[in-house]
Amino acid sequence: MDQPSKITRIIPRRGWGSLGLKDVWEFRELLFFLVWREIKGRYRQMALGPLWIVLKPFITMVVMSVVFGRLAKLPSDGVPYPLFNYCALLPWTMFSVSVSKSATSLVSNMGVISKVYFPRLVVPLSSACAGLLDFCFSFLILLCMMLYFGYLPGWQVVFLPVYVLLALMASLALGLCLATAAVKFRDVGYAVDHLLQVAMYITPVVYPSSLVPEPWRQIYLLNPMAVVIEGFRWSLLGKGLAPGVSLYLSAGLVLITLFLGAHLFRRGERNVVDLL
Amino acid sequence: MSETAIRVQNLGKRYRIGASAVKEGGTLRALGRGLASPFTYLRRSLTQAGSSETVWALKDVSFEVPPSQVVGIIGRNGAGKTTLLKVLSRITDPTEGLAEISGRVGCLLAVGTGFHPELTGRENVFLNGAIMGMKKKEIRQRFDEILDFAEVTKFIDTPVKYYSSGMYVRLAFAVAAHLEPEVLIVDEVLAVGDLTFQKKCLGKMDSVARQGRTVLLVSHNMESILGLCQRTLWMDGGRLVADGPTEDVVRAYTQSCLQLASEGSSIAALDREGDGRLRFSGFSLRDGQGQPLEYATCGEPVEFVLSYHTNGEELRHVSAWFWIKNHLKKGILCFYTHVTGQDFERLPPSGQLVCRVPRLPLPPGNYLVDLSARAAGVQVDRVPEAARLDVAPGDFFGTGRATTGLGDVLCEQSWDLEA
Repeated sequence: MDQPSKITRIIPRRGWGSLGLKDVWEFRELLFFLVWREIKGRYRQMALGPLWIVLKPFITMVVMSVVFGRLAKLPSDGVPYPLFNYCALLPWTMFSVSVSKSATSLVSNMGVISKVYFPRLVVPLSSACAGLLDFCFSFLILLCMMLYFGYLPGWQVVFLPVYVLLALMASLALGLCLATAAVKFRDVGYAVDHLLQVAMYITPVVYPSSLVPEPWRQIYLLNPMAVVIEGFRWSLLGKGLAPGVSLYLSAGLVLITLFLGAHLFRRGERNVVDLL
Repeated sequence: MSETAIRVQNLGKRYRIGASAVKEGGTLRALGRGLASPFTYLRRSLTQAGSSETVWALKDVSFEVPPSQVVGIIGRNGAGKTTLLKVLSRITDPTEGLAEISGRVGCLLAVGTGFHPELTGRENVFLNGAIMGMKKKEIRQRFDEILDFAEVTKFIDTPVKYYSSGMYVRLAFAVAAHLEPEVLIVDEVLAVGDLTFQKKCLGKMDSVARQGRTVLLVSHNMESILGLCQRTLWMDGGRLVADGPTEDVVRAYTQSCLQLASEGSSIAALDREGDGRLRFSGFSLRDGQGQPLEYATCGEPVEFVLSYHTNGEELRHVSAWFWIKNHLKKGILCFYTHVTGQDFERLPPSGQLVCRVPRLPLPPGNYLVDLSARAAGVQVDRVPEAARLDVAPGDFFGTGRATTGLGDVLCEQSWDLEA
């Protein structure tokens, strides 16, 4: 208590400021509590409780396997379709949940935001982290499925964390931009879910990217999530796209968007309370 | 410790108002316009959000607070008090100027923010503490203290959605008060909670100040301001009007409120509650002979005349009363038809209710009057601070002795010695 007291300067901020990451670090415990609140609050008073985390992607996978695998007979690079699909569904669910949650995070937490100060970045960060946690649970199912279908990952599996990180950063980058916009235009929160559904079809979730003809493929692979999903399949199942130019391009694109998004967010947060 | 805990220089905050011009005409019409000319509509919605009228909620506010001072902030609604606290607690950025605060800031702008209804009391204490920047270790150290203070030990593992609002408030205040910040910012949170707890909170703030911490307190309750703060800031229209010893500032402030109340002599135009079947239209004074008076005199007969008119409906079983409040806005004396068994069976469409007092037991001073009436148990009108009542010095005791310093109300008395 007797350490020299820190002086807080409150001045109008203009233009590009710092990201205030030090502040975020100070509040890391809050980040943890918010993630935990999200998870715990979501599944209270539900008979199946946290089981829903795994049930949701699993059911989606069953439906997609029947519709796209059995009926439409979409190719799956020679991998059993359920495995092929679930392997993509995991990162995609993490991405889409994180994006839609963090896009609305400022608005849905306005009660706290307008009454207490804390680094606002913590709010969308916690949404993204909750998505990551969900991912970890669903990943256990994937392991079971891989055992069932007799697939054991090779040395490529060491690349998996890279792809998880890339997906997380991509969702955060998009989420930050959208969260800032959603404060002013509530339409965003509304539109995001629909756009994400459309986006799923320009990402190789239900089909392999090898289905896309060559001249378009390069453009197609500028979609970071396409790279992530192909990378997932490659590192776990040995099929798909090995890391290469497209990975570096995507990573660069994501990093730039993340940087811009974070700054946009920092600029937006200054008068967030006045607009909410 | 540095010499100043809070330094504020030329602080200003500008708000945009009327930004939602897009919505005029209702959703359907907006939908129609959006379909007819989508691009014009979109452009207009996007640009209108940016360009609208502005208003300064804070302007040129400057002051300094040394450590361990308790400073009250008073002012009418919309004077900028809460905006000032929001800027100081970093919730929103100022538009101009500068503020410096040394040390950790704890703020209580509303109670229970960030409480999640599905989580238990225990979980919420940790969550709330974390929101305010407390470390888990610190919370754990003070956990028992917090529980004791909040008096919710029994329910600590129950989700807070099952809490009564009192328990909710107690728990929330307890967390904030035990944060032990160098600067504590409190906004009118004590209005909730029962009297015992309010006292407890005031006591806690007092002890926080004694430990050498600085407290900024916004309140409409002049008594708690007078009791807690050495110094008070009076804000009006976003500016600092007065800054000085609490008693002086509070006196000046209440004087100005009294003036405003008497300027608005037309009671009909004041804010009121009730279903409106009856409306008070005037409050005046007469002496014992029915002659109008400007002011009442302590110890002399007085008649209070409450003029009213109804909306034409005949009112039955009407009771009326008025509270006399002192300069601290505390009710000290109530006159009530019910206590004399004189409720009115039927009221004509307009008239005057007259209350006769043989000897006015109020010491000299300025008072405010709240008027209320009920018909068959239903509130028909209530006008807070409807009128001002001035009481001149007088010889209440018939001995020529002073009538001040004897409390809020005087009482006839005689003394004997029985040995």
